[in-house]
Amino acid sequence: MVRNRRALLAVVAAALVAVVATGSSGATAQSHRGGTLKLLANAAGGTLDPQVNYTLQYWQLYQATYDGLLAFQKAGGAAAFNVVPDLASSYTIKNGGKSWVFTLRKGIKFSNGRPVTVNDVVASFRRIFKVKSPTAGGFYSGIVGATACLKTPATCTLKGGVSGDAKTNTVTINLTAPDAEFKFKLAVPHASILPASAPSSDAGTKPIPGTGAYYFASYDPNKELVMKRNPYFHQWSQAAQPDGYPDQITQSFGLTVEAQVTAIENGQADWGYDFPPADRLNELGTKYAAQTHLTPLTAFWYAPMNVNIPPFNNLKARQAVNYAIDRNALIKIFGGSKLATPSCQVLPPGFPGYKPYCPYTKNPGSTWSAPDVAKAKQLVAQSGEKGAKVVVISANDEVQKAVGVYLASVLNEIGFKATAKAISGNIAFTYPQNTKNHVQINVQQWYQDYPAASDFLHILFGCESFHPGSDSSINMAGFCDKAINAQMHQALKMEVTSFPKANALWSKIDREVTDQAPMATMFTPKHLDFVSKRVGNFVFSKQFYWLVDQSWVQ
Amino acid sequence: MSDLIVEEVPAQAGGDLALVAASPWRLARRRLLRNRVAMAMAGLLAVIVVLCLLAPVYAHDVAHTDPFSSNLDGTTIVNGKSVPVMESSTQGLGLGVTPIGPTWDLHHYFLGADGQGRDVAARLLYGGRNSLLIGTSAALITCILAVLIGVVAGFFGGLVDGVLSRLLDVVWAFPVYLLAISLSTVLISRGFSLGPLHLTSGSLLLPITIIGLVYIPYVARPIRGEVLSLRRREFVEAAIGLGASNWRLLWSEILPNVVTTAIVLFPLMLAIDMLTEAALSFLSIGVQEPKASWGTIILDGQDVLYTRPAVALAPGIAIALTVLALNVLGDGIRDALDPRAKLRRTD
Repeated sequence: MVRNRRALLAVVAAALVAVVATGSSGATAQSHRGGTLKLLANAAGGTLDPQVNYTLQYWQLYQATYDGLLAFQKAGGAAAFNVVPDLASSYTIKNGGKSWVFTLRKGIKFSNGRPVTVNDVVASFRRIFKVKSPTAGGFYSGIVGATACLKTPATCTLKGGVSGDAKTNTVTINLTAPDAEFKFKLAVPHASILPASAPSSDAGTKPIPGTGAYYFASYDPNKELVMKRNPYFHQWSQAAQPDGYPDQITQSFGLTVEAQVTAIENGQADWGYDFPPADRLNELGTKYAAQTHLTPLTAFWYAPMNVNIPPFNNLKARQAVNYAIDRNALIKIFGGSKLATPSCQVLPPGFPGYKPYCPYTKNPGSTWSAPDVAKAKQLVAQSGEKGAKVVVISANDEVQKAVGVYLASVLNEIGFKATAKAISGNIAFTYPQNTKNHVQINVQQWYQDYPAASDFLHILFGCESFHPGSDSSINMAGFCDKAINAQMHQALKMEVTSFPKANALWSKIDREVTDQAPMATMFTPKHLDFVSKRVGNFVFSKQFYWLVDQSWVQ
Repeated sequence: MSDLIVEEVPAQAGGDLALVAASPWRLARRRLLRNRVAMAMAGLLAVIVVLCLLAPVYAHDVAHTDPFSSNLDGTTIVNGKSVPVMESSTQGLGLGVTPIGPTWDLHHYFLGADGQGRDVAARLLYGGRNSLLIGTSAALITCILAVLIGVVAGFFGGLVDGVLSRLLDVVWAFPVYLLAISLSTVLISRGFSLGPLHLTSGSLLLPITIIGLVYIPYVARPIRGEVLSLRRREFVEAAIGLGASNWRLLWSEILPNVVTTAIVLFPLMLAIDMLTEAALSFLSIGVQEPKASWGTIILDGQDVLYTRPAVALAPGIAIALTVLALNVLGDGIRDALDPRAKLRRTD
C-alpha cells in the first residue's frame, strides 16, 4: 500500500513536471517567435523560379517556401534523408512500381490565398517540362509522356503520365518503368507544387506563390531577397513543413566574403552564404568557436579528366595524376584537416553504397596515407605522354583557383607541362562540360541532389550524362564504359526490389570507376556555417543544409 | 637635333669662359647627369633591375627553393628549428592554415610564403623580371609604332593622315583599361593564331602585344602634331627648296626632331605599361600561373591579406618604387632634352 501510494505520488509528480515542462517549452518556443533573420550573399543566385533554379543558395530557402507531394524530413542528422508525405497525406505504389497514387491534404492554401487542388499538381508537373527545368530530362524523363514533353515543351500535357481526380482528391503518376529513386525526385524543389496559373516560362525575379511557412515578398538581385510569413500557412506536418521562428528572413547581396564575416562578427548580419575566406578561418575557430558550426557533407571535390583527348585518354596518365596528388596539401588549401577528409573514390562516407577504397596511395587499401610521386612519374613515362601540354581549368574563387594552381604544379612535377587557368565562376560549371572547349582537366565539386549512389556514379560517369558539344554534359570526363554503364542500369533496376543488394553493386561500380580514373578525387568537404551570436536552435539538414527558418534570432 | 650647338663652358684653366661645340645629345646627357634626383632614381631603377635579373641566383643558390612549385607540406628553418611552411591551427576548432610570415632570413622564406607555400621573395624577383620585360617590350612597341604612324600621318597628310588619324581615334575612343581587359579576356582564354604565328594562352607575348597596342594613340597623336608643326619650319622648307626627297626629309629633318619626344615618353610609357600589366595580372588576364609578375603576386596576396599582408605589400611597394623611379627619370630626361619645357613650367 505504501508502495502504491508512493507510486501514485510519483506518477502525479511526473505528470506535473511534464505539464510544466511542456508549457514552458511551448512558452519558450513562442517567445523566440519573431524578428528578422538577416542573411548575406556575395551575389544573388539567379532566377527565383523553384522549378528552374539549381543552386544550393536558393534550394536552402525553398525549404521554407515551397512544398512538393513529398518532402525530405526537416530534421538534423541522418533523419534529413527520410522522405515524408508533404502536400500528399499518403501515397500508394501500384502496378509493380509503375503507378504512384497520391492523396492530397485538404485545407492547404498558396500564399495568395488560393487552395491547392489536383489541377495545380498536374499543371506543376507539366510546368517542369514547359520551363525546361534543368533536371526535366534527368529526373522526370521516366514519367509517361515525358519524351514528347522534352521534344516540344510548349505543348506538354504528360498525357497518360500525370492525371488528377478532383472527386477523390488524388493524383496519379505513371512511370514507363519502376524507379526506386522517384520518391527522392519528388522531394526536390524542381517538383514543387505551384499554382496552375504560374507562368509557363521561367518566372525570373518575379516570385511565384508557394505553400510553405514563408513566401517571397520581394526580390531584387542587385539588392535583396525578402521572405515573410505566409498568412495562409498552418502547420500540417512538423516533419514536412514545420512553422518557422523569424517573422522575416532577408538575404542581402553585394558584400564581399571578408565583409560578410566582419558583419556577422559585429552582429550586423546573422549568416553568410559564401564560404569564409581562408585567412579568417583561424579567427572563426578560436574567437568565434561557439558561433561556428561544422558538418560533414555527402559531397566530393574532384578533378574530372577528359578521357577522350590527350594526354588523359591514356589510363596510365590519369592514374599517375591520382597517385601524385597530395590530398593533405589540397586539404590545407581548403582550410585544414578539420574541414575535409582525404578520399580516392566517388562515393562519400556515409552514403548508400559507400565502402572505403583507395588504390592511389603509398600503401593501397581503404584509406589514403600519402602520395606516391615515384609511381606517378613511372606511369607518366610508361604512358608516353611525358612533356604533354596540359591546362588546368578552375573557377576564379580563392580556393578553387588555388587548387588549380596546385594541380598544375603537381602535373609539372610528374612530367607534364601544365599551366593553370582560372575562369569566371559563372561559367566554371558549364564551360568544362562542352567538348568543344577541349578542357583536359578541371576542378569541380559535386554535392548530392538526393541520397542515392546513382546521383554520383550514374549522373557523373554514366554514358547517358555525356552529350558531346553541349553545355549540359555533366559527365565532364566524357567517360563511357559500356560494361560499367550496364552494371549501373542493373543496380538501378535492383533498387526497386532491394536497396541493400543494389548498394552492394554500387560499391563495386564505385571501385571500378575509381580504377578507371576518369577523375582524381581529392577530398570530402565539411560545411562551415558562421552565425551571429543571437542565432539559436541551429539545425543542419544533410539534405538541404541549415534550415534557416528553424533558427531563432530573439 | 643633329645641328651643332655652341655652348659656353668654363675654361679648364683660369676660369674664363670658352666656347666649345657640343652635340645636343651630349648636352642633354650632361644636363641629365647634373639632375641629382633623376640620377638617384636611375640608380634605384638599376638596383631593382639587377636584383630581378639575379632572381635565379637567389632562388637556387641562396633560398634553395623552386618559386613555381607548390610547397604546402614543406618545412623551413626558423631560429634553428624546423617549422612547417603552412601552419595548421591547433587552437579552438583547429580551423585554417596560415603561410609562414617574413623570417627576414635570406636563406629561409625572407618575405614569407604565399597560399601555395612558395617563397614570396623569390617570386617577387622572378615576378619583377616579367613585369619589367612586359613593360619594356610593350613600351618599345608603343613608341616605335607610334613614331611610325605619327610621322607618316603628319608628314604625308591628306588621305593617309585621314585614315591613320581615324584609326587612332577609334582606339582612343575606348577607355584604355576596358580595351586592354576586353582583348586580354578573349586572347588569354583562347590564345592567338594568325598564319604561322601562334601564341598560346600562357605566353608573355600576349600581354606585351595587347598593352603595347592599346597605348599607341597616346604617343602617336602628339608626335603627329609635332610633325605637322615641323613641316612648316624654315629648315624643312629650306630642305624642300634644295630638292630633298621625302625619304631624306623624313630621315634627316623630321625624325631626328620627333625622336626626342618618343625618348621622353618611353620611361613614362614603361611606368604606365607596368601598371597596366599589374592590373591585368591582378584580374587573372595577364601573366598566367605558374609564371609570376608583380600583379599576380598581389593577387596571391589578396587571399592572405588578413593574416599575411606582406605577400601583397611587397610587390605593391616594388611597383610603387619602380613607377616613381621611372616617372622622375622621365621628367629628368625631358628636362635634359628640352630645357625650355622646364622654363615654361617654372613660369
